[in-house]
Amino acid sequence: MRYFISLSLTLAILWLGLSGVYKPLLFILGGLSIALVVWLTERMEVLGAEHDPGLWSWRLPVYWAWLLWQVVLANLMVARAVLSRKPVTPSLFRVPARQHTLVGRVTYGNSITLTPGTVTTCLRNGDDEIEVHALLPEAADDLHSGAMARKVDWLEGRQR
Amino acid sequence: MTFVLLVTILAIFTTMGLALWRAIQGPSFYDTIVGVNAFGTKTVLLIALITYFTGHADLIDVALVYALINFLAVVAVLKLVRQRDLAAGGEKGDG
Amino acid sequence: MAESLVDIISMLLLLGGGLFAVIGGIGLLRFPDVYTRLHAGSITDTLAPLLIVSGLVLQSGFSLLTFKLLLILLFLLFTTPTASHATARAAMIAGIKPVGGEKTGDKGASSSNT
Repeated sequence: MRYFISLSLTLAILWLGLSGVYKPLLFILGGLSIALVVWLTERMEVLGAEHDPGLWSWRLPVYWAWLLWQVVLANLMVARAVLSRKPVTPSLFRVPARQHTLVGRVTYGNSITLTPGTVTTCLRNGDDEIEVHALLPEAADDLHSGAMARKVDWLEGRQR
Repeated sequence: MTFVLLVTILAIFTTMGLALWRAIQGPSFYDTIVGVNAFGTKTVLLIALITYFTGHADLIDVALVYALINFLAVVAVLKLVRQRDLAAGGEKGDG
Repeated sequence: MAESLVDIISMLLLLGGGLFAVIGGIGLLRFPDVYTRLHAGSITDTLAPLLIVSGLVLQSGFSLLTFKLLLILLFLLFTTPTASHATARAAMIAGIKPVGGEKTGDKGASSSNT
């Protein structure tokens, strides 16, 4: 039930933000669309743990801000590699992912992919390692140092 | 300001050209997908920039829809090539 | 005066975004294989939208347009990792070997003790 309320609220905000026309007819249409989408998600059984509003904590914006900063730094690194004459030395390796929850591990894998220079190539359920392809040795070293893993652990800390 | 917008639009056009060149050249099918994906995200940015360049605020909705469609298209094409069938189930094992 | 300062910052952000997009495009052509090209593509997919959307948001101030722009940015940042991962995984399963090969030797050993 909690899931349905949070989903309906999100959809309502989305509708109000996107339409920009505030007339009774559009409110009725919006209500109908929200009901339709909620019904469809229930029928498709796609509503899961990741829609739990309890996952929203004050740590999430802090993590996003940190991640954005990492993305900017990694971008500068990759841009320098593009412009330099040297050939790149990519590598494929595995890093441990010992986050407790599935959501935590997926967050970690997705963060690795979002940061330029590293792409998650394989993340299996029940396997506590992530296979990563890195463009530069520096990017690989960053991952091996485990700074991002610790940050995701910290993000996970309050969530369960 | 208009001039800066124009320069940025031209830069995005250049990138789209480069991405398209990569998509046409290949050599493998996955290079094409990488090129097309980059081309698609640049289109979204291009439409957002054109919104400000021309002042038609409605165009931003087109960019929003294009962002959604581009993602779905890439994933659908990958799935089609991998399984030769869009209606097939998810990945089973390591294939 | 304050208004023009915002304008200047916004111009710099837009030009920076365009510059990074072109750098990513050059990388897309220059790099040797699918996986490395994926990294070049991810520059154009993360930093370029970030800079360009911030620049445009500064132009429009607080309005419905800003909301939609931020929604586009959020959506791009959420979906491009998924698309890159899907491409890398599909290429991996198709058996395309990355340049440089698998370094299970020194790198793998150092990762197992951390």
